[in-house]
Amino acid sequence: MRNLVKSYLPAIATIKAKQEYRGEKIASGWEWTVKLIFTLSGFIAAIAANIFVKQIADVEIKSYNVGAFLLTFNDLYRLVLLAIILLYAAIGIFSYFDPGRRAKFISRAPFRLAVGIGLAVWDILGTKLLLLPQPFFPGPAKILEAFLIESGFIYENMLYSLRLFFVGFTLGVIFGIGTGILIGWFPKVYYWVYPVLKLTGVIPAVAWMPFALTLFPTPFSAAAFLIVICAWFSIAALTAQGIQSTPKWQFEVAKTLGAKTPYLVFRVAVPHAMPQIFTGISNANGFAFTTLVMAEMMGQPGGLGYYINLSKVWSAYYKVYASILVMAVLFSIIMKIIAFIRAYMLRWQKGWVKE
Amino acid sequence: MSRNLSAADIILRIENVNRTYYDNSDNHVEALSNINLNVYRGEFLSIIGSSGCGKTTLLRLIAGLDKPESGSLILDGEQITGPDPERGYVFQHGGLFQWLTVEKNIATGLKARHVYRENKEKVKNFIELIGLNGFEKAFPHQISGGMAQRVAIARALINNPKLLLLDEPMGALDSFTRADIQDKLLQLHRENNTTMILVTHDVDEAIYLSDRVVIMTPRPGKISEIMEIGLPHPRHRGGSEFLSIRRSILEKLQLASAMPQPEYNI
Repeated sequence: MRNLVKSYLPAIATIKAKQEYRGEKIASGWEWTVKLIFTLSGFIAAIAANIFVKQIADVEIKSYNVGAFLLTFNDLYRLVLLAIILLYAAIGIFSYFDPGRRAKFISRAPFRLAVGIGLAVWDILGTKLLLLPQPFFPGPAKILEAFLIESGFIYENMLYSLRLFFVGFTLGVIFGIGTGILIGWFPKVYYWVYPVLKLTGVIPAVAWMPFALTLFPTPFSAAAFLIVICAWFSIAALTAQGIQSTPKWQFEVAKTLGAKTPYLVFRVAVPHAMPQIFTGISNANGFAFTTLVMAEMMGQPGGLGYYINLSKVWSAYYKVYASILVMAVLFSIIMKIIAFIRAYMLRWQKGWVKE
Repeated sequence: MSRNLSAADIILRIENVNRTYYDNSDNHVEALSNINLNVYRGEFLSIIGSSGCGKTTLLRLIAGLDKPESGSLILDGEQITGPDPERGYVFQHGGLFQWLTVEKNIATGLKARHVYRENKEKVKNFIELIGLNGFEKAFPHQISGGMAQRVAIARALINNPKLLLLDEPMGALDSFTRADIQDKLLQLHRENNTTMILVTHDVDEAIYLSDRVVIMTPRPGKISEIMEIGLPHPRHRGGSEFLSIRRSILEKLQLASAMPQPEYNI
């Protein structure tokens, strides 16, 4: 009897494997096809709306020279939508071959459809009919005009922001981890420095702006300083906590193996604190974006925040949106990179802790 | 295994050691009271006793992780003052570093002493010795409890310690894995001739492994008797001599707790 059951078991297992992947049901090819159409149709609707809905309201549509082509903002908008469609089509087809990716792609289809339809509606209300209050709510196509007018200038400002962020945040991380280790390891340092850290840590970094601007030789270094301190506090506090929470037995193990103090600090306490250090870095990252943009809006000769301020003065709100769009993409990429580094550094946790 | 245990062969002398501490409710607890013990070079010694008899405290004193209030511990003529790689320690829960792979955990001692470069081969040999080929790059949470303990033992042995101190390393394992690791320990003991001191509460384990068994009694923690197990290896857990030794140890342990003390106050 038992043998009979056993001989059937592999067969049952294969049937299960076909329908399930990591405990979840595998979507059928049919469902995938429907959802692929779903995903793309929203953006196709957006293109169709832009092409076929008549421009009723009086909006000036200028053409700009882009290389050998003459483009209006509507052309650029259609090109961007087309790029999105091709991208999602590629992702969709790629996802077909992996059950996990396929499920993910399918689960996101309704949202992507909604985004496409949202764009179509916004385009009609914002540009075609001009029903939204202007100039505060330009249509999606109009926002892209900023890139036709001055993509070089936007790019320059983006680089400025990027450089400022990179310098400030890198120094903040280095100082933060450094002081965090000192505070966590030496009780004396903890006694004298930690209260200061706690007190000053709650102050938004931009509050130091007046001092920073007078004490530092260039606006760039002043803004970098603000980003350094805003990253520093959060990272230092969490690093110190992580070091202090290292279980005693971990040090004892290392000591019986012949470890001296440097090893205990850098090979035991710091790796143990690494998850918390990365929590600090993620928090600091958010603060750093805020500080960056505010600092730029308050007195920098460049940057995306500066570009927002500049455009606002001319009531060119579509440029403000363009700048925000660049920020969204840029900051998302930075977050992704940090998440990637985190996943690599904490790969030993994978499957061990709940994420 | 015929060994001539003479005074010249004493590797560790424990003389008049006392250790007290205060428990959570500020009670004065005599963890160790006037302990005297000689450990011979190359022997396998087990310390057995009920919980709270101070056997782990004694092991921690030998490791240098704790200091006695009075008395001395002398290893090869030198006073023990702190932890040292010449005394390897295997913790009850393994104590592997979660962020290091099996390979790197084993190499910890070499890296801590800055001798990793010239001893890379050794890591490989130990992985082979404990039968973890193919698991070099696995992280501790990805291997079984038995494997983790084998890694912990290899990690302690890679420094070629004079003494290997084992603090109930098999306490949390199932009986199959336990037997497997016991045999591994005997093999390592035979091949490296390292002196091993094992703290355990498992009578069978103590008899199966040891040349001598130290029986300790609690409150205050002291040595009540030292038994020589003269059986040849491999030992049979069901053998009549084995069972009679087992009975006599159990009797002594029972005797030790003939006067039950309140475990806690309400």
